[in-house]
Amino acid sequence: MDSEKTRKERTLSEDPERRPEVKRLQSRQPSPPVATGSEAQGITIEGLSAFYGSFKAVTDASMNIQANKVTALIGPSGCGKSTFLRCLNRMHEVIPGARAEGCVRLGDQDIYAKGSDPVKIRQRVGMVFQKPNPFSKSIYENVAWGARINGYRGNMDELVERSLRQAAIWDEVKDRLKESGMGLSGGQQQRLCIARTLAVEPEVILMDEPASALDPVSTQKIEDTMEELKKRYTVVIVTHNMQQAARISDYTGFFYIEHMGDPGRLWEFDATDKIFSNPERKETEDYVTGRFG
Amino acid sequence: MIVGADLNRPLPLWKSAEMRLSCGYAVLLEVQKVAIEARRGQNSGTEVWHRESRGRYLRERLVKVVLAACAYLSVFTTIGIVLVLLFETINFFRQVSIVEFFTSTTWSAAFANPQFGIMVLASGTLLTTAVAIAVALPLGLLAAIYLSEYASTGMRRWLKPALEVLAGVPTIVYGFFALTFLTPLLKATILPGLPIFNALSAGLIMGVMIIPTIASVSEDALYAVPRSLREGGYALGATKREVATKIVVPAALSGIVAAVILGISRAIGETMIVAVAAGALAQLTLNPLQSVQTMTAYIVQVASGETATGTLTFSTIFAVGAALFVMTLVLNIIAYLFVRRFRETY
Amino acid sequence: MTQSSTRRTQTEGRPEPGADFRTSTSVRYGLDRLFTGLVFIATIIGLIVLAVLLVDVAIDGIPRLSWDFITSFPSSFPDNAGIYPALLGSLWLLALTTLISVPLGIGAAIYLEEYAPDSRINRLIEINISNLAGVPSIIYGLLGLGIFVNFLGPITGGRSIISGALTLALLILPVIIIAAREALRAIPNAVREGGMALGATRWEVIRSHLLPMALPGALTGTILALSRAIGETAPLIVVGAATFITFAPEGPRDAYSALPIQIFSWVSQPQAGFAVAAAAGIVVLMAVLVLANSFAIWLRNKYQRRG
Ligand SMILES: Nc1ncnc2c1ncn2[C@@H]1O[C@H](COP(=O)(O)OP(=O)(O)OP(=O)(O)O)[C@@H](O)[C@H]1O
Ligand SMILES: [Mg+2]
Repeated sequence: MDSEKTRKERTLSEDPERRPEVKRLQSRQPSPPVATGSEAQGITIEGLSAFYGSFKAVTDASMNIQANKVTALIGPSGCGKSTFLRCLNRMHEVIPGARAEGCVRLGDQDIYAKGSDPVKIRQRVGMVFQKPNPFSKSIYENVAWGARINGYRGNMDELVERSLRQAAIWDEVKDRLKESGMGLSGGQQQRLCIARTLAVEPEVILMDEPASALDPVSTQKIEDTMEELKKRYTVVIVTHNMQQAARISDYTGFFYIEHMGDPGRLWEFDATDKIFSNPERKETEDYVTGRFG
Repeated sequence: MIVGADLNRPLPLWKSAEMRLSCGYAVLLEVQKVAIEARRGQNSGTEVWHRESRGRYLRERLVKVVLAACAYLSVFTTIGIVLVLLFETINFFRQVSIVEFFTSTTWSAAFANPQFGIMVLASGTLLTTAVAIAVALPLGLLAAIYLSEYASTGMRRWLKPALEVLAGVPTIVYGFFALTFLTPLLKATILPGLPIFNALSAGLIMGVMIIPTIASVSEDALYAVPRSLREGGYALGATKREVATKIVVPAALSGIVAAVILGISRAIGETMIVAVAAGALAQLTLNPLQSVQTMTAYIVQVASGETATGTLTFSTIFAVGAALFVMTLVLNIIAYLFVRRFRETY
Repeated sequence: MTQSSTRRTQTEGRPEPGADFRTSTSVRYGLDRLFTGLVFIATIIGLIVLAVLLVDVAIDGIPRLSWDFITSFPSSFPDNAGIYPALLGSLWLLALTTLISVPLGIGAAIYLEEYAPDSRINRLIEINISNLAGVPSIIYGLLGLGIFVNFLGPITGGRSIISGALTLALLILPVIIIAAREALRAIPNAVREGGMALGATRWEVIRSHLLPMALPGALTGTILALSRAIGETAPLIVVGAATFITFAPEGPRDAYSALPIQIFSWVSQPQAGFAVAAAAGIVVLMAVLVLANSFAIWLRNKYQRRG
């Protein structure tokens, strides 16, 4: 993957005066070596609360997710990490009765603004789920489908291959692209889901414990791709694995519930180094050092 | 007819003006949206990605409307049924007194001086239904007990669809069987005096037809009884039969009641078996060895003859249909309430 | 039950059962065996009746079957009577009913399962649909007579195939909707979320993933509903299917007969020869039903293999 080139092309295409030229240039070449998505965006969250019916799962969370960085979300089970994550691409409201309050800005666009279309938000903010959920279609189709519905007109074979390579699964499936995605192992399925998300070239990728179904080798492979991913995407990842959070993330948010029955809160948010070496709050320190369960 | 009249009448001025205004506003908004979307598309679009496809969103909206229309069709079906029945029934009661309809003990629609006592047809319906339930209730319930408590998984897999076939046989076939096989058989063996058309044969065969209704609804109810109740019984030393009949059946009672009510409703609405095998003699009787005419059979009798639209006879079948509709509706609602009560318990 | 178990508890630990312990285990086990037999027989009695029915019809009807019977028009002489126009009419009805009811039913199911918010009005639609499923078929006949034959007569041609097909379509619609909804409900939410997280619209997810997955289940229910439609007699009598027809229908606005109608008309004749013709007609009707069901199973297996 030549990321150098990606960046250059992107700056070119961002420059409004030079865009026509770029277009002409590209149309002469049958297909560019690397497809250009849009610029990675940061996310600004202000006072976000999330509800399931009358139950408040997350309250008043605010954070700044930096573009082209990996942000890890950690915290005990049930404290609202998944819920928070799903609010960032409006997947939360898919659950009947669920709603969110507060402000989430992708770049400078308020994704909960009145006219904003959740479908468009999800094109720009992709998501990988805790449990792998490939479609019951061929491996190739699993990857190609999202790109196709999003209006991809480039070389599909290349896109599929590139996405599968980025998700570190190409070598395992390149000879069986026509077989069903359901026939893969759990770890392979999860990487297929990552590939499928990469294939639509979003700006932000949300991952909800993507490695929880993976063996150490696959986990390693995912982590390896993370460095590469953040050059092009903003990544937000929920994980229960402290080492993983410390290894791969630049920023870490710690979610915590102080008393039973309270909604989850963003207890502390800071650079990963700070969170893991010298956090502000005692609960954070206890948690990252494994002092409570 | 009614709809057309409404459409032709001009709208009141204020109403149409308001409508036009709001329509215009909606169109303006739409145009603005398109413009914004188009501009955005230019900004973020590159050669390979065409993410901002207008068609997609239009299609999404269109599809939703079309699908909703499909769902709402069912409401219009109900409204249609009610309106059609009501319309002709009102016609009917313009010419026949309501009191006569509900109290007269004679039904002689085809005669010069016609009498319309719905009780007569209702007695025919009641009779065949009672015979049918007498067959289907014990057989259906026992079958449900077998399927839920005794049958192995393999047996269940085979027997359940096999039983369903009973409900899938066209009722005209059952009617033929009742008329040409069962009645002659009964005549030749135990009931020599049986007329060719009689409530008994029709009811018996109808009972066979509704076994699956009763069996499958009851079985669902029995099957849903929690395991712990059964185990409680076994732990007290009860045998399998005792657990089935004294613990599981009582626990599932409201579901079973629902099954029986549904069966009754099926039997009341059943047409071809009774039209073929029970006869066309409208008489007030509760003797199953006689020939009777049910409400449904009367409708068939009139409909298969030549009856001009607008005549009293034509209206009659809608009045009878309305009575039938109300009866089955009430029964279905009662059954629904029983099922819901059962669901709430477990 | 409670009584005997109390007794049981009391006897626990005693070497001899007490005087109050009257139920003998062997009697109870005997009753149990009897009961087991009883429930089994009750279950298969219906099937035995069905078997007798099939054999009886086959004995009466099969000897009467011939190519002539299939290709002849009805006649006032039982030996010459055939079912050609009725068979054709049934096929017409089947085709039109399928075309009308399947898209409508699956569309309604998709709306209710995938789009409809959990609101009052949607719950009302649901209750309404389950209620419609319990409305006697003859009432649908009256609906068809009032709306399609009389009110829309100028469009439908009155007592025409299309009136019959519309009536049958409304009749089986609730069954199709219920079957399709169940099939959709069985699909895990993860599939929907996976699609939507890629920026797909609801309809794109439905068309590409949910419909293919739901189709086998929905099809099974649909075919069962359609075979019910083939056998329906009462509503067709009411909407005016003809019992004696001397030409084959050529278009949806033509008059028509149908297999069950033809059978009914023969059953109603006093001559014994017509009863035989009716039996032969029933054999043909049942054959059509078996064919339709086999087609359903074949279709379902095909889809399942691909999925
Ligand atoms: N679909 C739902 N309906 C109702 N409540 C829900 C739903 N999903 C989650 N919750 C509740 O919201 C709270 C937060 O759940 P969430 O899944 O966000 O936790 P989490 O931090 O992701 O936990 P984990 O680490 O176990 O995945 C929990 O109390 C949970 O019970
Ligand atoms: Mg979670």
